[in-house]
Amino acid sequence: MADRTLPIPGSLDATRLRDAALLEWLHSWVVTVDHKKLGILYVLYAVFFLLVAGTEAMCIRIQLVVPNNHFLSPELFNEFFTMHGTTMVFLVGMTIIFGIGNYLVPLMIGARDMAFPRLNAFSFWLSASGGLFLYFSFIGGFGLYGMGSAPDITWWAYAPLTEKPFTPGHNTDYWALSLIVMGFGTLGAAINTIATAFSMRCKGMTLMRMPLFVWLMVVTSGLTLITITPLTAAQIMLVIDRYLGAHFFDAQAGGAPIVWMHFFWIFGHPEVYVLILPAFGIASEVIPVFSRKAIFGYPAMVAASVGIAFVSTTVWAHHMFTVGMTSVGNTFFVLSTMMVGIPTGIKIFNWIATMWGGKIRFATPMLFCTAFLFQFLCAGLTGIMLGVAPWNWQLHNSYFVIAHFHYTLTGSFLFCIFAAFYYWYPKVTGRMLSEKLGKWHFWLFFIGFHLTFDTMHFVGMLGMPRSIYTYEADRGWSTLNFWISMGGLIQAIAVLIFAWNLIRSYLDGKEAGNDPWDAWTLEWSVPSPPPAYNFADDPVVRSRRPLWDLKHPDDPDWKYEQ
Amino acid sequence: MQRRRSSCLTRSQVFCLALGCVRAMPSVAQGTLTTPSILAPASTPAKEIYGLSLFVLLITGTIFVVVGGLLGLVIIRFHARKGDAEHEPAQVYGSTQVELAWTVIPVLIVVVLFLTTARIIFAIQGAPEPKSALDVTVVGHQFWWEFRYPKLGIVTANELHVPVSTSSNPEPTYLKLLSADVNHSFWVPQLGGKTDLIPNHPNQLWIDPQEAGLYRGQCAQFCGVEHALMLIRVYVDTPQQFAAWVKNEQQPGAQDPAVAAGRRVFETEACMNCHTIAGTAAKGTFDPDLTHLMSRATIAAGAAVNTPENLHDWIKDPNTFKPGALMPAMQLSNQQTDEVVAYLLTLH
Repeated sequence: MADRTLPIPGSLDATRLRDAALLEWLHSWVVTVDHKKLGILYVLYAVFFLLVAGTEAMCIRIQLVVPNNHFLSPELFNEFFTMHGTTMVFLVGMTIIFGIGNYLVPLMIGARDMAFPRLNAFSFWLSASGGLFLYFSFIGGFGLYGMGSAPDITWWAYAPLTEKPFTPGHNTDYWALSLIVMGFGTLGAAINTIATAFSMRCKGMTLMRMPLFVWLMVVTSGLTLITITPLTAAQIMLVIDRYLGAHFFDAQAGGAPIVWMHFFWIFGHPEVYVLILPAFGIASEVIPVFSRKAIFGYPAMVAASVGIAFVSTTVWAHHMFTVGMTSVGNTFFVLSTMMVGIPTGIKIFNWIATMWGGKIRFATPMLFCTAFLFQFLCAGLTGIMLGVAPWNWQLHNSYFVIAHFHYTLTGSFLFCIFAAFYYWYPKVTGRMLSEKLGKWHFWLFFIGFHLTFDTMHFVGMLGMPRSIYTYEADRGWSTLNFWISMGGLIQAIAVLIFAWNLIRSYLDGKEAGNDPWDAWTLEWSVPSPPPAYNFADDPVVRSRRPLWDLKHPDDPDWKYEQ
Repeated sequence: MQRRRSSCLTRSQVFCLALGCVRAMPSVAQGTLTTPSILAPASTPAKEIYGLSLFVLLITGTIFVVVGGLLGLVIIRFHARKGDAEHEPAQVYGSTQVELAWTVIPVLIVVVLFLTTARIIFAIQGAPEPKSALDVTVVGHQFWWEFRYPKLGIVTANELHVPVSTSSNPEPTYLKLLSADVNHSFWVPQLGGKTDLIPNHPNQLWIDPQEAGLYRGQCAQFCGVEHALMLIRVYVDTPQQFAAWVKNEQQPGAQDPAVAAGRRVFETEACMNCHTIAGTAAKGTFDPDLTHLMSRATIAAGAAVNTPENLHDWIKDPNTFKPGALMPAMQLSNQQTDEVVAYLLTLH
């Protein structure tokens, strides 16, 4: 042992082993501080957990396909829907936006990397270990049911169910601790994004010339700083309750479960916007390029984004209309909730106005963005319905709510993420994704999505609550649940096609070139994939669409922009 | 009938969301009483919510048609065609007038929706409790409901009896909502919206069902393993039925010497630690009061029909119907179980 030299990758005197190349390659990914590599790591990690959480969703749907089914035990069902929600929000949603942001923000503002490359790597590995830690709970701690103790406390984890007397195992601990770790990772990524956008922009790129995607990442990061903080505080209080004898939320010793709800939803509602704002950013990049027009009302789009972020911090208790607030309290949150409709309305109108008068090419990214517009419109309208407090007393915690937030998180957020994949995959890999598979993916996912989530609205109105592992045959929900599950199956097939497309196109996709979409932002001016240093020369811009100016020297944007 | 109604619903979802809801309504309203639909309200709060929801649907439906129509128009009119000229379309960067218009209109819509909503909130939450009201205290437990009638001296479980409330003889029921352990939520869609039962945080809910019958609901806040089988039955009785029910419930438990063996098992095994049977040594309060067990149609919070066989299986092993229920399997011998069941069957 003593005389053997360990092959430290990169060190000059290391003995080269047969698989040293592979080791070095792996090592380069582990120690990388390059924003592009970290972005890819984030995204791959998110795609992996998208498949995991999707599998959990399919198990949930198999269990509910017929009444009184015994596919899953109640315990496992509760674990699966808790893990589905937690995974999709924290391990898929949060990581994928910061992954895409990581990759694109420096490229879009003409920078060579993020402001703090080491913090960037640290943030990723924190988030990644948090996620692995969460999933270790399936096999890790001892549980009552012989299969570890994955959290089965719902993703909103209301106290006092999470307190020691009611969950004596370790499920809540895994949930709380992994979210604390991931939370710190997310905070690092958010600080980095803000610092990068504010201090690394290339010459000529004023704040009002930043691509909208970068603006939305800045707003989302700001919102992240506001929202992750109370979540982390609440998790720490919960752990103190469980192990150090405090009684923050423990009703049996005089604590207040309502306080947990406030903490959780002060995080939880803005969190929805943390996820959806980058999706807006993606739509604001894709829609203009495929409509062949500049974004309509850029200043209003920026103002609306900032406005949404501000208003979104005042609406949290609309998740709590049923906890017995006073009439005045309820009325306040009705008003603040409905106010969100104004800036989001502006955004929808501006996107439609961008398409108006254009020459729209319906390539796969644009298909996803168009469907996003339609579904986001529906999500906004059902959001208004849920914001009407008395109606919320009926709809709250029913399948109508599930339908509504899947319209935002799947129908809007995930559709935009898919658009981003088809749009920027050529930049990242140098290869186009297959359009044929892309169209299959889109149409199957679109049909499956509507079959599942449109139907859920109705079964919710017929009185079916969420979080139930079984239901009686005579409640009138059976047929609808059958179709909901069938829709889920179609979506699952579509996602598999997508995963296959990612792999196949990487191996033998069409060469992309620098600028396959004839686009206008800076990332398309560099080779695909971009070199480690991004830009050989620091770019200088004079408008929001530097590549438009290059392509149309006689008719540049800077002459017209407000 | 049920199949036809459901398939009609699935068909309607191919239409736009809001229109789909409107289409579904009449057919649901005519359906059997068993679907706990919010579209078939039977009590004032539920009806006011239903009325409000139709108004909100009308507004959101209009927005959907206008904006969705615009989007459709844009897709049809402006998609790129083969014969199009090579050059890019005219670049438009914005328009203050247009943008102002589509900011002001949503503001007006929000004002209208807000004022209408506020009116209903105050109407439902601020309704003063009349003298004729019936008071019931609801205590949520993992995973069953305890109903106490403090003025009538009745304690029962899972099946709530309330009188019909008519305009000539209003007798609304005011429910005080408490929890013994974790959060629950009381939701009987046809009678009103849900309200949570939160420990250390008493809440209130009122209903005034106007038609006699059975209304079903269930717990609507995840409360643990068997949250799904924490069902509620509300029997809305005519005044005569209600008086008869109250009279029966106020009696102590029946004492039939023929089943004394079963009663002895009940009182000497652990049953009595958790359950109460008025008039016996059993005074436990952790689990449902069994004094008039046979007056109830279901056992285990609606998980099974109240038949001798089901009672037998339930006592043998509660996991049969409700895996994760907090009642332990008592390891009684077959003979003991038979005796206890025989005893329980006399508790009318």
